[in-house]
Amino acid sequence: MGVRSTPTVNVVPGFGTGLAPPVATGVLDRVYITNLKSTPTNSPRLTQPQRLPTRNRDVPPLRIERSKPGILTRLNDSAKSRVLSIQDYFVLAGKALRFIFARPFYAQDTVQQMDEIGVKSLGIVLLTGLFTGMVLALQSSVQLKTFGATIYIGRLVSASMIRELGPVLAGLMVAGRVGSGIAAQLGSMRVTEQIDALNTLGTDPIKKLVTPRVLAALIMLPILTVINDLVGIIGGNVIAKFIVDIPSSLYWRTVWEQIAADGFILRYVPSDFIQGLSKPFVFGGIISITACYFGLATTGGTEGVGLSTTRTVVTSSILILVVDYFLTQLLLSLLSA
Amino acid sequence: MSESDEGRGSTGLDDAPPAQRREGDRKSQAVRRAIRSELETDASEQAGRPEERPGQPKPVIALSDVSLSFDVPILEDVSFTAHEGETIAVVGESGTGKSTILKLILRLLVPDHGMVCIDDEDITDLSFEEALKVRQKMGMVFQGAALFDSMTVFENVAYPLREHTHMSEDEIEQRVREKLEFVDLDADRVMEQMPAELSGGMRKRVGIARGMANNPEIMLYDEPTSGLDPLTTGTITRLIRKLQKELGVTSIVVSHDMRSVSRMASKIALLHERHIVFFGEPEEMFASEDPYIREFLGG
Repeated sequence: MGVRSTPTVNVVPGFGTGLAPPVATGVLDRVYITNLKSTPTNSPRLTQPQRLPTRNRDVPPLRIERSKPGILTRLNDSAKSRVLSIQDYFVLAGKALRFIFARPFYAQDTVQQMDEIGVKSLGIVLLTGLFTGMVLALQSSVQLKTFGATIYIGRLVSASMIRELGPVLAGLMVAGRVGSGIAAQLGSMRVTEQIDALNTLGTDPIKKLVTPRVLAALIMLPILTVINDLVGIIGGNVIAKFIVDIPSSLYWRTVWEQIAADGFILRYVPSDFIQGLSKPFVFGGIISITACYFGLATTGGTEGVGLSTTRTVVTSSILILVVDYFLTQLLLSLLSA
Repeated sequence: MSESDEGRGSTGLDDAPPAQRREGDRKSQAVRRAIRSELETDASEQAGRPEERPGQPKPVIALSDVSLSFDVPILEDVSFTAHEGETIAVVGESGTGKSTILKLILRLLVPDHGMVCIDDEDITDLSFEEALKVRQKMGMVFQGAALFDSMTVFENVAYPLREHTHMSEDEIEQRVREKLEFVDLDADRVMEQMPAELSGGMRKRVGIARGMANNPEIMLYDEPTSGLDPLTTGTITRLIRKLQKELGVTSIVVSHDMRSVSRMASKIALLHERHIVFFGEPEEMFASEDPYIREFLGG
């Protein structure tokens, strides 16, 4: 059994949902197959020639002769496996979201995950929010001073926090803290056969493990973001008052001006809030599904768990930043319309 | 057996995908190629095939002509039947696909060809949800016990009951105690402990208790005695026999511990190179003159 065996689902070309033989009953089963696949070829059994068995069932079956794969074949294989793993990712996402509305509900697991993902991330979110707000105020005061426009600090801080920094920073922090945790937990559950045990005990592991985490992240990330925004703006207030000498009342007035400036949706909801709250919702989905995906696809023992964790953090961070851009563009065009 | 045979081995295992082609593998592949050519030159008659004997208790688990391959074939034309109350031990070298057979029975895998029947029902075409139902008839004991380490021992054993029955909390507690006592554990002492606090043998026993919590008609064991000291091995072996005797469950034991297998199996299936090369009673196997079987038993 190779410790170095390739640690993703990628090695299974042909086991994507559409192409699969009747085996394909879900991402997990395919992951399962991957685990097994590496076993027979990697295990160096019968290493001593003198222990040759002399009897066999009958003539060994015909095997298709294949030459060493060329570079094109290999490129083709790796491209295929990449496409298939993306497909797997979306299958997992689809199942996880669908199971939110299907019995049995694992309410207790969901609440526990909300605590794990939301409440326990509060500390880091408060800290990042506070210091980001403070540094924003400090930097913008330097720039605005040249134009004699320091009274606009509040506008700058609130716009940046609510629209961009709040959601993105909360997302990145949670990806680091929670995403890695989920991947490590599910990864070690896979390598210690606990996922198989769940399957065997008649529980759908996606329903039991993935859905509660996804649901919890979808609920908690927007809440964390609101807290992050608020603390950031308060941090800006502290700097504005004590370093730049702008009275709090003026600061908060400019904050409100900024929020109101872009108009309201449905008369009462500032359009900045729509931007600021739809993003963390999407990020919550990205973080939890990426973490679950890599966690469940873990192979190769403890080393594999480490790899899955790293991959989760890297992939979800990048996804957050990329998706943030496109989401911003989409929302801007939607909201201005 | 000569070295010159090695040249013929181009049909060997070198059709593994590139991802699995590794330095260390190449050497063992050469060896295996040599073995394969050896087998080709000495392809003699098969040792044993599963057979249906009339007048026996009803078959509970039946594999017929099961073949499974991923990139390389893993099982070919594997057939055997486990009748009610029997304990079948599947033995063989590591990596011969022993555990795969358990996964086929649990329908975690589906064969490329052939049928897997549980209680005369072919489970190969079931949907995922239907398969979850069939699995409730079975209790599985994993190699490393696979206890849920976020739950206490009590919650672990109670898990299948909470998932699939409408038992009250009192009934569940009573059942958990009964099962823990069946596996010779002090229920009061271990119930609130976490799996990480238990020794390997205890964990395995909790695993057995969880597997049998639902009173399944089939028990599957994956290497139940591996990694245990001789005394604990004895205890686990006795436990499996007790389950078989007192509750009459049909069991499949995957193992390579011949000593304990000989003490609990009613039949042994020996897997070698993707095929079942022997299927019969332990005495028959120990008396066999077949060179490979002798080799296997001696080794």
